[in-house]
Amino acid sequence: MKKYLVSTVAAAALLFGAATAMAQDVDPNAKQGGEIVITYKDDVATLDPAIGYDWQNWSMIKSLFDGLMDYKPGTTELVPDLAESYEISPDGTTFTFKLRKGVKFHNGREMTAEDVKYSIDRVVNPTTQSPGQGFFASIKGYEEAAAGKADGLSGITVVDPLTIKFELTRPDATFLHVMAINFSHVVPKEEVEKWGADFGKHPVGTGAFKLGEWTLGQRLVFERNADYWHKGLPHLDKITFEIGQEPIVALLRLQKGEIDVPGDGIPPAKFQEVMNDPEQKARVVEGGQLHTGYVTMNVNIPPFDNVKVRQAVNMAINKDRIVQLINNRAVPANQPLPPSMPGYAKDYKGYPYDPAKAKELLAEAGHADGFTTDLYVMNTDPNPRIAQGIQQDLAAIGIKANIQALAQANVIAAGGEKEGAPMIWSGGMAWIADFPDPSNFYGPILGCGGAVPGGWNWSWYCNEDLDKKAAEADSIVDPAKQEERNKMWSDIYVKIMEDAPWAPVFNEQRFTLKSARMGGDDSLYVDPVHIPINYDNVYVKDVQ
Amino acid sequence: MTNPTVPDLASPALSAGSQPPAKPRPGVLRRLVKRRLAVLGLVIIAITVLGAIFAPWLTAFGPDEQLFDGLTLSGEPLPPNVTYWLGSDLLGRDLLTRILYGARTSLFIGVVANGTALVIGTLIGVTAGYLRGWIGGALMRFTDLMMAFPALLLAICLAAVFEPSLWIVALVIALVNWVQTARVMFTQTSSLVEREFIAAERTIGASGARILFKHILPHLVPTIIVWGTLGISTTVLLEATLSYLGIGVQPPTPSWGNIIFENQTYFQAAPWLVFFPGIAILALALAFNLVGDALRDILDPTQRGRE
Amino acid sequence: MIAYLGRRIVQSVLILLGISIITFALLYLLPADPVRQIAGRSATPATVESIRRQLGLDQPFLVQYGRYLANLLHGDLGRSYIQRSEVSQLIISRLPATLLLMVGAIVCELLIGLTMGLVAAVRRGSRTDNSLMVASFVGVSAPQFVVGLLLLYVFAVRLSWFPIGGYGTFRHLVLPSLTVGIMGAGWYARMMRSSMVDVLHQDYIRTARAKGLGRLKVLLGHALPNAILPIVAMVGIDIGILMGGIVVVESVFGWPGIGQLVWQAIQRVDIPIIMGVTLVSALAIVLGNLLADLIAPFIDPRIKLR
Repeated sequence: MKKYLVSTVAAAALLFGAATAMAQDVDPNAKQGGEIVITYKDDVATLDPAIGYDWQNWSMIKSLFDGLMDYKPGTTELVPDLAESYEISPDGTTFTFKLRKGVKFHNGREMTAEDVKYSIDRVVNPTTQSPGQGFFASIKGYEEAAAGKADGLSGITVVDPLTIKFELTRPDATFLHVMAINFSHVVPKEEVEKWGADFGKHPVGTGAFKLGEWTLGQRLVFERNADYWHKGLPHLDKITFEIGQEPIVALLRLQKGEIDVPGDGIPPAKFQEVMNDPEQKARVVEGGQLHTGYVTMNVNIPPFDNVKVRQAVNMAINKDRIVQLINNRAVPANQPLPPSMPGYAKDYKGYPYDPAKAKELLAEAGHADGFTTDLYVMNTDPNPRIAQGIQQDLAAIGIKANIQALAQANVIAAGGEKEGAPMIWSGGMAWIADFPDPSNFYGPILGCGGAVPGGWNWSWYCNEDLDKKAAEADSIVDPAKQEERNKMWSDIYVKIMEDAPWAPVFNEQRFTLKSARMGGDDSLYVDPVHIPINYDNVYVKDVQ
Repeated sequence: MTNPTVPDLASPALSAGSQPPAKPRPGVLRRLVKRRLAVLGLVIIAITVLGAIFAPWLTAFGPDEQLFDGLTLSGEPLPPNVTYWLGSDLLGRDLLTRILYGARTSLFIGVVANGTALVIGTLIGVTAGYLRGWIGGALMRFTDLMMAFPALLLAICLAAVFEPSLWIVALVIALVNWVQTARVMFTQTSSLVEREFIAAERTIGASGARILFKHILPHLVPTIIVWGTLGISTTVLLEATLSYLGIGVQPPTPSWGNIIFENQTYFQAAPWLVFFPGIAILALALAFNLVGDALRDILDPTQRGRE
Repeated sequence: MIAYLGRRIVQSVLILLGISIITFALLYLLPADPVRQIAGRSATPATVESIRRQLGLDQPFLVQYGRYLANLLHGDLGRSYIQRSEVSQLIISRLPATLLLMVGAIVCELLIGLTMGLVAAVRRGSRTDNSLMVASFVGVSAPQFVVGLLLLYVFAVRLSWFPIGGYGTFRHLVLPSLTVGIMGAGWYARMMRSSMVDVLHQDYIRTARAKGLGRLKVLLGHALPNAILPIVAMVGIDIGILMGGIVVVESVFGWPGIGQLVWQAIQRVDIPIIMGVTLVSALAIVLGNLLADLIAPFIDPRIKLR
């Protein structure tokens, strides 16, 4: 008899029954019913889970659709979602999921394993032009499917209507996270075929909410899915998203009681004012984000090919002052990973702010008189300001950095060229994790795979050794060995800091301001995976 | 952006009865200073130029100097006070200093961009008006085309193609603003060419170049002067708008438009950061409009109708 | 007349064609790569190339332009790279807001400008005249974004008479219309003044007064209608100038029109939207000019259509 690795959560489910596992998620204080209003400035791009990839629609899609896995609300802990349970083979290459019975799409039809296969095949299919295609690279048959040569992934097998099996080409420790991100969410084939490219404006899923109304440029309305498989959720009956609202207007309306959460956050100019008012401050929830803001240095362009120069830059930046420029809404960073990410090296000290030592290093590298270079930045506020702050710090050690403030796409294009941009301030394009796993900060932005034309590894840093170690760490699938894996990743990032292709500057904090009537645990309002709030689990206190 | 102070002379609605101007008479300056509004304009321009030239001596700080004391501990700018007469901006820099140095940017771009636009417009307009025929027709059709182009969108697209720099901004503005000048020059040149004495010169056997330089260009000088002056106003406004959108003059080089761009998120809490540079833009544009308008009255009264 | 109209229409189509090719060329020259934006940050080079092929962005310039033109003739403006929705849909959903803003702006500039011009002409040479004319200069010289921010601050933030940006009711329309209209108001004020001064000097006015008709009646009944006519013809040309203001004003006031749409598109190099909005704006300008030129001869018989 083969032995299978069984996840601890699945074991708990088996022991205590699936019903109990679900009940854990539902807040006993929550009231059923009520409506809330959330404001945004920008139009929502699309609600197609295969395509939507910006911070605004990411959580909205999570409420309209579900995937095999999800995260415990307010945490980064993986739990089964549409899957009732799962099993992983001892070699970590086969994942078998048992699906819940009776899950219905918003159009009434029951979901089956066929739908899961269809959804993932769709994302990998090149004609969908999905930005999430690359996440499924570890599944067997990916190469052929991604090139359009095969009609689907051969590694996905529908065993029976409620069981689906994934075979990978290598053990992949991030696979469960991949089953939780939006690109894996399940879509109904008939609706996709009916709407074609407009499915993003007419989404139909299995999620807690369904799309009620969408008036382009003005408003979207989510309505409670009464047949949602997860009993007791969602708590709210309706969510109205009002579009085109400037953050300052949103704040004023919140103060007048017209809206519940400003989706774009507290405007910088009002931040101090809000925090100084005890009544408003009590309604602000602060949390970390899986975000790091950093300066990349292109190792192909001298003098950044000299590690001493890069280390000097790390020591030249006055991170406290930069944080001051953004009203202290961030914490200084000393490594690529943000503090709330597993694998964060708590004891690592990083490079201190020491301009004198920085100048010494520059002299050792042969640039005692400094040099001239370019600092690329995105031209929307506050990034040019932050870039100017960095510019001044660099000038203090003799580096004259000319600022090139361009549109986002232009900076990305420059970064993707081998000798395009010597330095880039990542603000506005900074890496926010796709999922809460340390490997997510490596591949595209620090690994050799990203150091290609058009890639996102703007420092063009390529360390074959570290790539090998990264692959090794990612093959540790056994849940019991996760501590070991995280330690491996910590080591990798510390080694990267020794080479200093980046100068990490700060990790942005999140501040969510809510109206007094909103209820639910604070963690739901700074949920690391749902921005700005976890729509499914919050409730309002003033329901009749 | 087209300068709305001058009605479109090319439109049939207004070309009925337009006459080319007389040669400029001596004493233009004397007549100019008799008009109060023109004097106001000249004074503003003089103040701006002096401020721009003597900026380093007039201020205690550098325009790029981010001062530690320029911000509160939580990153907020300071209102006007004893040290920072007009307050500080979001990077802790003295606003007065940046506005004075910003005058340099505005004047530089105003002169360079407008000068270039003037040259391009005059070349095209005069050539088209003088040569007529299919060259003239083609040039004027092209001008019509560019006139129908939404100016700001054209500027934005052009700015996105090039990497930003002061000269590029000036070039972009020139490429957008030459159109009005071309139109006016074309109309003037055409009607001059039609006048009898030109035909008479031709009969005598004067060469084309001689006619152009001796008889036509001198008559165009007043128009060039008027348009040159009015054009600076349009250019200043366009540069301010482009910088406000973030695609004009790049920080840290101060420009009145990019000061507003950088600080506008704070305009409710720190309105001086928007209004002082805004007033500067308004004043300079107004000054050139006043002077240009007065010049037009003096040099070219037929363009305006009864006063 | 028909011949003239026909000729003008042909001209307009050629102009739009020219604008489309220039814009397309500029966007083609952009150093940014829209395919990378669509493909996202985790895409492999193979994926990027595949998307490029699908969108036809690997073809030479003329082929791409030809395809765009062919689609255009079918009314297909393409699909947004970022949103995947049809550009024509996006523009249609936002066009009413921009049109509303333009109508509001025209109303403001005519009301304010014509009144100023009228009063200045009647009180010619007085202090009122001078102040009004200075005011008109100021209106023309003021940068629109500063005016917008100023009006917002004073009337919406401080006095709360109007909402702080946004869209929906008449009150939302007032401040943005004023912002766009002030520049035009200055221009119209001066035009109205000269036109009015001209008219007031005409013989028929003196005759009417000699007949004993009241001053006001003469003013409003005889002078005003004649003075306004040439100005009304200008409104069409105005559209071009108004178009210049919408990107900035819609941004300041959060007005959900096509100006905001194109500004967002430019940030993300969403070429189909940029092309679509540019063409729509150019169309509006061309139609406006055509309208102005067609109305002109009815207003002033001296003008002959060439």
